Amino acid sequence: MNNIRTNRLKDQAFKFWGIACTFLGLILLTIFIGSILIDGLQRIDWDFITSLPSRKAERAGIYTALMGSVWILVFTTIIALPLGIAAAIYLEEYAKESRLSSLLEINISNLAGVPSIIYGLLGLEVFVRIMEMGASVLAGSFTLALLILPIVIVATRESLKAVPKSIRDASFALGASKWQTVSQQLLPASFGGILTGVILALSRAVGETAPLIVIGALAYVPFAPESPMDEFSVLPIQIFNWISRPKHGFEVNAAAAIIVLLLITFILNGIAVYFRNRWQSKLK
Amino acid sequence: MKENKDILDKTLKRKHKLQAKDVKVFYDDFMAIKGIDMNIRANKITAFIGPSGCGKSTFLRLFNRMNDYVDGFRMEGEILIDGENIYKKKVNVEQLRKQVGMVFQKPNPFPKSIYENVAYGLKIQGIKDKAFLKDKVEESLKQVGLWNEVKEDINKSALALSGGQQQRLCIARTLAVEPSIILMDEPTSALDPISTAKIEELIYQLKEKYTIVIVTHNMQQAGRISDYTAFFYMGELIEYDKSKKLFTNPEKQQTENYITGRFG
Repeated sequence: MNNIRTNRLKDQAFKFWGIACTFLGLILLTIFIGSILIDGLQRIDWDFITSLPSRKAERAGIYTALMGSVWILVFTTIIALPLGIAAAIYLEEYAKESRLSSLLEINISNLAGVPSIIYGLLGLEVFVRIMEMGASVLAGSFTLALLILPIVIVATRESLKAVPKSIRDASFALGASKWQTVSQQLLPASFGGILTGVILALSRAVGETAPLIVIGALAYVPFAPESPMDEFSVLPIQIFNWISRPKHGFEVNAAAAIIVLLLITFILNGIAVYFRNRWQSKLK
Repeated sequence: MKENKDILDKTLKRKHKLQAKDVKVFYDDFMAIKGIDMNIRANKITAFIGPSGCGKSTFLRLFNRMNDYVDGFRMEGEILIDGENIYKKKVNVEQLRKQVGMVFQKPNPFPKSIYENVAYGLKIQGIKDKAFLKDKVEESLKQVGLWNEVKEDINKSALALSGGQQQRLCIARTLAVEPSIILMDEPTSALDPISTAKIEELIYQLKEKYTIVIVTHNMQQAGRISDYTAFFYMGELIEYDKSKKLFTNPEKQQTENYITGRFG
């Protein structure tokens, strides 16, 4: 009897511990977001979004940084998407089980764990110096594309794996080639999952600061980029720069920019969740 | 003399749609099929029976080379269709599979519309003519008796159909490609009795135009619909005869034990 009671007590104790742990993170996040909103919300208006940076806090805006982030996001997608999806299709559907393929697999999961600043150093050497792209949007995009490539590959492979084997069987049995099966059955069926993975990877890329600072992205750029070879800044770097200034006005600016950045990532994550749900209901 | 032999060869060929010659199958070191010789007749229904793991499904999948993608698969011997060895190097596997259709154990429609399911096999051959595709889809659905049930919902998802309807759709999808042989791997094992009866009736009608090989665990089913039955055990073909004979008066003790339910 006693045993049952202690078991129940332990059960209850763990439940409360679990609840406390869950709420700890949420409460901290709420406090953080709350204080940011209080600091920054009054600063956000159309002018703040469309103004160029300035030495005067009240006149400075995030236009160049925001545009820089958009350019980076677009080019990172263009570079990482085809590479990642093609690599995943190869590994999942074409590669036979061999020592080479398991070596590749281990290394891809290793790459996902490499600190982002290392990618920055890689980008600095390969793209900025050897390939002479300079501290351009293109160099930054290639660097971030490398950074999120493992995430895209893993997400794509997981979604391909989730397509039942019976779909492959059915397609092959009707005389479809491997590529026809991949392009007409597997990719459409796994589209939602791939998209979810890609969007989550991009929302990580949009928040990355360190690798872009390493390749030489600037904190102060007077104009928004107009071509992929232009210099650029991005929102996180702008935030970092403002925070490090002594004047209170810039702190307010930083809070406002953080709100914009958070909004972008929340929207991206929201889209990802939407597609995941739609995809799951479609499979059933 | 030679002419006579040619004629004899030809009639044999016509009679024996599928032939296996000393076929052995290995998965890495495991020998799944241990040397089988077999002739399967055209326009008949041949049933493969035997306990789980006896190799009957593996053997069935040799005829459309569906084992090719299995890791560690290796085959010795010859499989002939209309006298041609389908494991020769220059054989086009995609072409072969258009001639040899397959229906699987669990209904496996594509997560697409009913129309797209049936048209898929034709579209991947490069056929784009909309009117032709539409006619072919209708014809195939009529062949399996599904047209009247789904003609209003042809563009709706195939996943909304019942299990039995899905399986008939899968058969229609196979027929649309116009194969001459249909392999069926326990096509009714996931279905209720009423759907099973419908599919059996359909299979029976199809033998006029097609050579059908069906793997089944259901002895009554094998007895009801098949002309010939082959009993497999541990990778070997134990007995192969007219179904009537095999089920009423089997030659081998093992066969009798199995069909009377004493093992397996």
